[in-house]
Amino acid sequence: MKAAKALYATLIVIFLVAPLLVILPLAFTSSAFLTYPIPAFSFRWFSELANNATWNRAILNSAIIASSTTVLATLLGTLAALGLRSRDLYLKNQLRTLFLLPMVVPAVVLGVGMQAMFVRLGINSTYFSVIVAHSVIALPFVVISVSGALAGVDRRVERAAESLGASPWRVFRLVTLPLAMPGVLSGAALAFATSLDEVVLTLFVAGPNQRTLARQMFSTLRENISPAIASAAFIIIMGTIVIAAALLLARLAPARQKARAKKAAALAQDTVS
Amino acid sequence: MSRAPQLKALVLIAPLLVFLGVFFVWPLVTVISQAISDPAISRVLPRTASAISGWNGQGLPGAEVQAALRADMAANTDEMAMGDVIRRLNASKSGFRSLMGKTVTALKESPDKPLAEIDKRWGDTAYWLAIRENASPYTDAYLLESVDLERGSDGSIQAKPAGSSANGAIILRTLWTGALVTLCCLLIGLPYAMVTASVTGWKRALLLGAVLLPLWTSLLVRTAAWMILLQENGLINQALMGLGLTNAPLALIYNRFGVVLAMTHVLLPFMVLPIYSVLLTVPGNLMGAAASLGAHPVRAFLRVLLPLSLRGVISGMLLVFMSAIGYYITPALIGGATDQMISSVIAFYATGSANWSMAAALGLILLVLTLVLYALYNRLSREPGQMG
Repeated sequence: MKAAKALYATLIVIFLVAPLLVILPLAFTSSAFLTYPIPAFSFRWFSELANNATWNRAILNSAIIASSTTVLATLLGTLAALGLRSRDLYLKNQLRTLFLLPMVVPAVVLGVGMQAMFVRLGINSTYFSVIVAHSVIALPFVVISVSGALAGVDRRVERAAESLGASPWRVFRLVTLPLAMPGVLSGAALAFATSLDEVVLTLFVAGPNQRTLARQMFSTLRENISPAIASAAFIIIMGTIVIAAALLLARLAPARQKARAKKAAALAQDTVS
Repeated sequence: MSRAPQLKALVLIAPLLVFLGVFFVWPLVTVISQAISDPAISRVLPRTASAISGWNGQGLPGAEVQAALRADMAANTDEMAMGDVIRRLNASKSGFRSLMGKTVTALKESPDKPLAEIDKRWGDTAYWLAIRENASPYTDAYLLESVDLERGSDGSIQAKPAGSSANGAIILRTLWTGALVTLCCLLIGLPYAMVTASVTGWKRALLLGAVLLPLWTSLLVRTAAWMILLQENGLINQALMGLGLTNAPLALIYNRFGVVLAMTHVLLPFMVLPIYSVLLTVPGNLMGAAASLGAHPVRAFLRVLLPLSLRGVISGMLLVFMSAIGYYITPALIGGATDQMISSVIAFYATGSANWSMAAALGLILLVLTLVLYALYNRLSREPGQMG
């Protein structure tokens, strides 16, 4: 029974993880095909990506669009999460559901509607339309993440600052925001990852000039499976890992701050006594 | 309950509310209105459309309707829009093309000539009925067509002739594929969640990490990985042939098998995580208690653990099914021509054939289905302890 359990768990772990491990080494193949065994180690496909104008443009576009999306979504989402904290806000649960809905609505349906609307407004196939579309589906992640962090903030700390005469803006800047920072940062990371991976909305609202890395990967996969795909996938996975690392550091940061604060308090005690 | 905090909260929420109102709600409203609106005739013949709505369909419409039609045709300057109107009317009642052509020419020469003198067909009720039928700015034609129905000449709803439309078959295929993926996720995910909840320490961290890692990885990358694994000379076929299990490569990709396999992999975390989180709340000694009372492990599972985890199971199934029916990327890349789901058809209508109304009608069906499932899921996760 125990052995069967272990075997089952191992098999499923392999099923879950193996596909992700299989694609990475192929980024460094010297062959023209995406198959094993790899004849020799090579950076051929990375230089292909770096020197091909289409891929180059796509990588640049992804960087522009993902970072703009991150800024816009994090700003709007953080403000809204702060507002949702208010205990007696009218229709609070309905508002929260509305804010999470972009995660649920099928991307194709949203894409059709966005394209029709942007075409009517004459702003389809612009950086603006792509950034806005990505922000809409990235926002729920920011709202969830920041709300989670704010739930852990003790309101009494803010009241204490208030009672000591700090203005609301000072309380926010010096107390609330630093305490909620891990949530804001992980929300930002999730927004960035969402934009980086977005294909469906991009198909509808982007023109040839706004082709992103994911969009370029998608159309390449439809035509032929070239190792350039594995290299692009490698870049996306690395992007995700860098974001996860940043996230981890952000989680550690408050601990370090707390330690520093403790030290400062101890020092102050020493000076007083 | 002072008003100041309320106001402050509203000010903080307002930017996002406005943003989503414009760029999320409005597009969805556009989809809905596109699916049910049919402005071709009411836009070109506005006076006729409003005048004819008061006609009871018996005999011939009154002089004011005929005058309205004359005025509309004289006022029209958009030849293309008029051509559109004529095509539409001709589809309802053949003969309209020549009738309208003749009338337009005749009215140019003598604007006051009675319609019945221009052509005696204007004395036939059937032509006026066709105008009335098409005059409404709203239509259910696209919604009906997306489920293979149409309105007959007498206005009743009837099935379209077999073989004339594939929409119904595609909706059924979407639901069927979604159900298959949900079943596979359940069969793999339920035992996995139970094993994960039953171990501790590094084992639990490893099992959870294996579920969370794919969730963190790009969907596109995961789909690309499955394409590499499943292709004709991919690792799976190489392994099968190397083991001598098969002589020729198996067709694993561009068919339903590949789609279900890859989608199961992609959606498995959505099944495992809700079940796991419910199982964590189940006291660990219950199975032992059942066993000490003489229950066979299978019986203990069926009568104790399964009912207690039912809420997580149903949440997971709703989540997986809801996501699966809206999937576009994975079926588009791994499926063959006969594995395309409703999302692909919507994308085809919108970008391929520029048939916006059909894209919107199918989109509306998918949207409503998804929102109903989400409402169920929401209800379930808000009322702990109501189920099982």
